Amino acid sequence: MPEDSAVLVDGLTKRFGRVHALNGLDLEVHTGEVHGFLGPNGAGKTTALRIMLGLLHGDEGRVEVLGGHPFRDAVALHRRLAYVPGDVTLWPTLSGGEAIDLLGRLRGGLDPRRRAELVDRFDFDPAKKGSTYSKGNRQKAALIAALSSGVELLLLDEPTAGLDPLMEAVFRECILEERRAGRTILLSSHLLAEVEALCDRVTIIRDGRAVESGTLAQLRHLTRTSVTADLSSVPDSLGGLPGVHDLTVTGTRVGMEVDAEHLAAVLRVLTGAGLLGLTCQPPTLEQLFLRHYQTTAS
Amino acid sequence: MNRAMTGTGVLLLLALRRDRVAAPFWVLAVVALPVGTASAIAELYPDASQRLALGMTIMSNPALRALTGPVYDAASVGGLTAWRATNVAAVLAALMSAFLVVRHTRAEEESGRAELIGAAPVGRYALPTAAVLMSLLTNLVIAVLLTAGLMGQGLPVAGSLALAGAVAGVGLVFTGVAAVAAQVTTSARAANSIAVSVLGVFFLVRAAGDAAAVDAVSWLSPVGWAQRVRAFAGERWWLVALFAVVALVLLVGADLLARRRDLGGGLLAERRGRAVAAPWLRSPLALAWRLQRGPLATWAVAFAAVGAVFGSLAASVGDLVGGNEQIAAMLARLGGADALIDNFFAAQFHLFALVIGGYAVQAALRPRAEEIAGRAEPVLAAAVPRGRWLLGHVACSLAGSALILTVVGLAAGFAHGLRVGEPVRQAVRLLGAALAQVPAVWVSAAIAVLLFGFLPRAVAAAWAFLLVFAVLDLFGQLFQLDETVRMLSPYAHVPALPGGEPAAGPFVWLFLVAALVIGAGVAGFMRRDLAAD
Repeated sequence: MPEDSAVLVDGLTKRFGRVHALNGLDLEVHTGEVHGFLGPNGAGKTTALRIMLGLLHGDEGRVEVLGGHPFRDAVALHRRLAYVPGDVTLWPTLSGGEAIDLLGRLRGGLDPRRRAELVDRFDFDPAKKGSTYSKGNRQKAALIAALSSGVELLLLDEPTAGLDPLMEAVFRECILEERRAGRTILLSSHLLAEVEALCDRVTIIRDGRAVESGTLAQLRHLTRTSVTADLSSVPDSLGGLPGVHDLTVTGTRVGMEVDAEHLAAVLRVLTGAGLLGLTCQPPTLEQLFLRHYQTTAS
Repeated sequence: MNRAMTGTGVLLLLALRRDRVAAPFWVLAVVALPVGTASAIAELYPDASQRLALGMTIMSNPALRALTGPVYDAASVGGLTAWRATNVAAVLAALMSAFLVVRHTRAEEESGRAELIGAAPVGRYALPTAAVLMSLLTNLVIAVLLTAGLMGQGLPVAGSLALAGAVAGVGLVFTGVAAVAAQVTTSARAANSIAVSVLGVFFLVRAAGDAAAVDAVSWLSPVGWAQRVRAFAGERWWLVALFAVVALVLLVGADLLARRRDLGGGLLAERRGRAVAAPWLRSPLALAWRLQRGPLATWAVAFAAVGAVFGSLAASVGDLVGGNEQIAAMLARLGGADALIDNFFAAQFHLFALVIGGYAVQAALRPRAEEIAGRAEPVLAAAVPRGRWLLGHVACSLAGSALILTVVGLAAGFAHGLRVGEPVRQAVRLLGAALAQVPAVWVSAAIAVLLFGFLPRAVAAAWAFLLVFAVLDLFGQLFQLDETVRMLSPYAHVPALPGGEPAAGPFVWLFLVAALVIGAGVAGFMRRDLAAD
């Protein structure tokens, strides 16, 4: 395993009875990066995280977390990582503050200054009983416990579900701070804007298998760029060029989607046609995402 | 139909669908017990003279009367059936009704499913109404099947109907008790605890009254009324009607409470907690203790009261038989009043141990509750070895049940000792007798741990084991079951103390079995997947 991988998953499968939750998942999270783990509900994100935590056994394939075996070395590994589940339940009779302290101490201690600061920033009331918190507030408790523990690796499963936009902004600041502090973060999410804003690299998962993985720039490279150009005259050959899709012509304005590998050739043709104005838009993550889910679904 | 009740029918169907396995199981247990008893008595005591002799033994044994109440007609099979089975069947019907109502009301609100239902075109009171109807329906089925079953044993119609009415009547009263409890608290666990505590108090009041032959005390308890319906012995039909009246009053009370609160809220408000955890809350064992200390305190206090009541009654036990020469002669052969008192304590401690087995099982199954609720996951995702997490809860179960036995032994010994003028000596003596039950109780807990490790979806079977042990212990002798069958219950291996001969063998064996079974359960849990949602 290369030294700069915090998480390495290779060909992981997991079945629950007849349901195949994971079908040969590959995933590599480099040390020090924020890695987006993107997929719709039921794609297998939570199952994969639980296997990384040693809560479930994988059927086939290899999983290494911080260089260790997630099940055999669970206790040693868990001192070096923190986990925020997607659906946090607290003990009804313990206060939120007690739950935060307990989880932090079970992990090997937490920084009281950082805890106090986060309680303040997340506007969290730690003295309420666990049964009285809303979903967003339960989520905050788990986040505060994880973020104030100073561990190397954070495994976050849709951590902002239930947070209001204000708190989501606080969460983003915190993640960027953690990255600056050199921590590795695996962020499972289906919120594209969140992943785009925070992540260095992204793995897109569908039906228990990674369908795309790389930096956002690399992923964009794999897909089409939207090009709009104002020309002095529209060449007839434009529609027949390789890599040009969905061509629209309105007077002398043309719009099209261009495959990345043919972009240079298309631009040369456009320049030759008396280019007056040009807008190039990289594909959004949403387009990437939809492309994978729509094409494979059909 | 009132708009607040809209949707009740659909919700009742949903309740029937969800309880299609559990409800028939309960109904079967409640019906089979009296019918089986009638069949066994007819077979084992075919002559009236044999039955009268049995009646004599009952009257001379306060321990037995505490458990089963008085016998009103020892000459007839029906009379003995009513004596032996009414109480136990009524307690089962009460438990069934209470769990059923809470499961379909407060548990639904707590889980948030009630919100889903409340957002549909469903009336405000549809959910509790459907739950109560479900319970009434189940009790009605019990009454019909029980009447038919007893008549099928050739017993008179009137008595069969009265016994069935008494059992279902207690079920109705606890439908009402649970409906009120579900309104007062905010958690299903707390609502169940209230209902079970009320049942425990009523059972105890009746048992104390019956053991000491003070009828007025037994009349304070609806559980006591069940026997006083006098099935097969000059039925008191008005008492059957009284059950319905009390149930109705409780249900109206629950309805009034329901109008005063919001969905999910209770009448007992939640207090604020600490902003920062206490310094000792830093290990899986500390967490288990923090979660389990509340219920444990309740059990310990309840059994302190139980021990004190029974302890203060014990000295009267010898006086009761004074009037009857035949019984007095039998008693003298058995070793006199002191032997009778020892016998009384031994029988009570055996009974307490079965009930405290319920605590041990409940506490040992706490990890399963934590797992299902998703609260095990964050703990096991921290640096906590699985075995230590599980053993933390197991330790609470084992130490907790031993503590409750300690409390009941000391309380009974001290109360009895005050009456006979040697409080310390009796406290020590009865503490030892109560602690003798510890290994059997631990075996019950061990079975729960084993199921949790290997068959987590079937942990409820731990309760079935406890029920089977109780039936073997309480009915085995009467049914003249084979010794090897009766010895399947771990409780049957505990020597009768005080008064008996304590041998080390059974204790060593029971501890060893408990340790091995717990070890196997922990090993199973170490290997298995944690429940996915």
